[in-house]
Amino acid sequence: MLSFVAQRVVKGVIVLLAIVVLNFFLIRLAPGDPAMVMAGEAGASDQVFVKQLREKFGLDKPLPEQLFIYVKGVVGLDLGFSFRQQAPVAKLIGERLPATLLLTLTAFAISLALGILFGTFAARFAGTFLDTGITVFALIFYAMPIFWVALMGILLFSVAFDWLPSFGYETVGANLTGLAHALDVAKHLIMPAMTLGLFFMATYTRMTRASMLEVKRLDFVKTARAKGLSDAVIQRRHVLRNALLPVVTLAGVHSGTLIGGAVITETVFAWPGIGRLMYDALLQRDYNLLLGVFVICSAMVLIFNLITDLVYRLVDPRIEFAS
Amino acid sequence: MKQFWKSMLKSPSGVIGLIILLLAISVAVFGPMLFPNSPWRMVQRPFLPPFTLSTVPLGTDALGRDVFAGMIFGARVSLLVGLVSTLVALIVGVPIGAMAGYFGGKVDDALMRFTEFFQTIPSFALAIVLVAILQPSIYSIVASIAVVSWPPVARLVRGEVLSLRTREYVQAAVVTGQSNGWIILREILPNALSSVIVLASLMVATAILLESSLSFLGLGDPNLISWGYMVGAGRTVIRQAWWITVFPGIAILISVLGLNLIGEGLNDALNPRLSREGR
Repeated sequence: MLSFVAQRVVKGVIVLLAIVVLNFFLIRLAPGDPAMVMAGEAGASDQVFVKQLREKFGLDKPLPEQLFIYVKGVVGLDLGFSFRQQAPVAKLIGERLPATLLLTLTAFAISLALGILFGTFAARFAGTFLDTGITVFALIFYAMPIFWVALMGILLFSVAFDWLPSFGYETVGANLTGLAHALDVAKHLIMPAMTLGLFFMATYTRMTRASMLEVKRLDFVKTARAKGLSDAVIQRRHVLRNALLPVVTLAGVHSGTLIGGAVITETVFAWPGIGRLMYDALLQRDYNLLLGVFVICSAMVLIFNLITDLVYRLVDPRIEFAS
Repeated sequence: MKQFWKSMLKSPSGVIGLIILLLAISVAVFGPMLFPNSPWRMVQRPFLPPFTLSTVPLGTDALGRDVFAGMIFGARVSLLVGLVSTLVALIVGVPIGAMAGYFGGKVDDALMRFTEFFQTIPSFALAIVLVAILQPSIYSIVASIAVVSWPPVARLVRGEVLSLRTREYVQAAVVTGQSNGWIILREILPNALSSVIVLASLMVATAILLESSLSFLGLGDPNLISWGYMVGAGRTVIRQAWWITVFPGIAILISVLGLNLIGEGLNDALNPRLSREGR
């Protein structure tokens, strides 16, 4: 178990370093002087700042040396300075990270729970009206762009019914504390989390359904049935457990898409996370901040992948850690 | 081929998908000829509600531009970007996967590490960064969508080639002294084609979603109207004018749905063994 984790962590660190190197070259891909690019449109006119950047990143030195300086900085969690926001990039991201984690993890939990539930139902009642209904809904949600789902949610639940707030993390100026504050945040969280979760819910529903129907026909299920186990036990202990394996794999693969979806969701709902920060950086052409968010997003995906790998090993009855 | 169409037309999702796609393609090709209103020109007063004037059936946006015209011209961009970026992703992914699967060993290792690396990077975030850095244009959009979508192609093709490589007819080609390139192109890839086609149809759908999301964030080609751009532009006035965001979104939904259905239909028709699972 430990050596497996260590191996995966080392692999993840290597990939992350490669992403940092990619970042380095991306900055140089942009038209113009890297210092100007890093300074962003707002900072480029400030000669002192550009000069500082040039010195700090050794931009007059040969390329390999520049790369070394850059990677060393990022490893020391120095992601540069955002001229536009007048703050270090790492600090800006650190402030926004909790909101993004809250949003993505809630959305992930919702999508996984509902997806497995609906998928199991559809498989259990395969070929019936219920199955068709669930399948059609999943197909439609799967085809809707996230930003549009978000806007339709706002139209329906904020504009038409006035049930839920359409933007923000909490009611501005309410100064709530304790439970009242938590409830206020939860109320703001419902729509963004549902928006982000629906697309993935559709995927997990389809995946769970297909994989349950596949597992159902395997020999060990017949054996379990022959042993006289009840249908409920077979469904839960034998079919579902095995059927969940591809779903877990999919969840790992999807972590990157989840982050991408968060950028859109946070933008529409003005949710103060790193996705929204990325959008702001985009609007202001604040490349240093943009690339900083990109590195952190990649790191999050790597961590998430590591976790799903571990979960896979825990769920899969065929893989034992003891060996 | 006849067999293929027969089974394709037997699958209900395939038929519905084909109808939607044909409709979308004809709108994209002929729409702008039949409907000469420029999507950029002011044709009526701003915020004209839909279904009030027959010349502007879906109303106007905040600048008095025709929403219906925008949707018709937007179909071109969406389908074009979807198809071309998928094509580029195939051009990158198929050779990488084929070489990895055929040569195995170190070549396979190196190519697959490279593929995995690109698969780990959050795709939408990378697409945003690429378009922002290369400056928004139809070329940078196509390129960035292709860059983030080729890895699954490479992995699929590699898997297919791995299993086909050991077949007798491939061995026979090796024994008769055919070159590696010839064997891959003429003996192996044609047999891997059906899986690639299924994946490609789903990739076009994903590419359309990606393009619309980029345009929504303001990273669209500034000279071309697209559905994502329209929704993005209507976002700030959604409380006054719901139609500006609702209709282009429905267009995206229907096209993506159609392509996904085609993917299912193709899967049923091309991989009959797989399709029976889950029935």
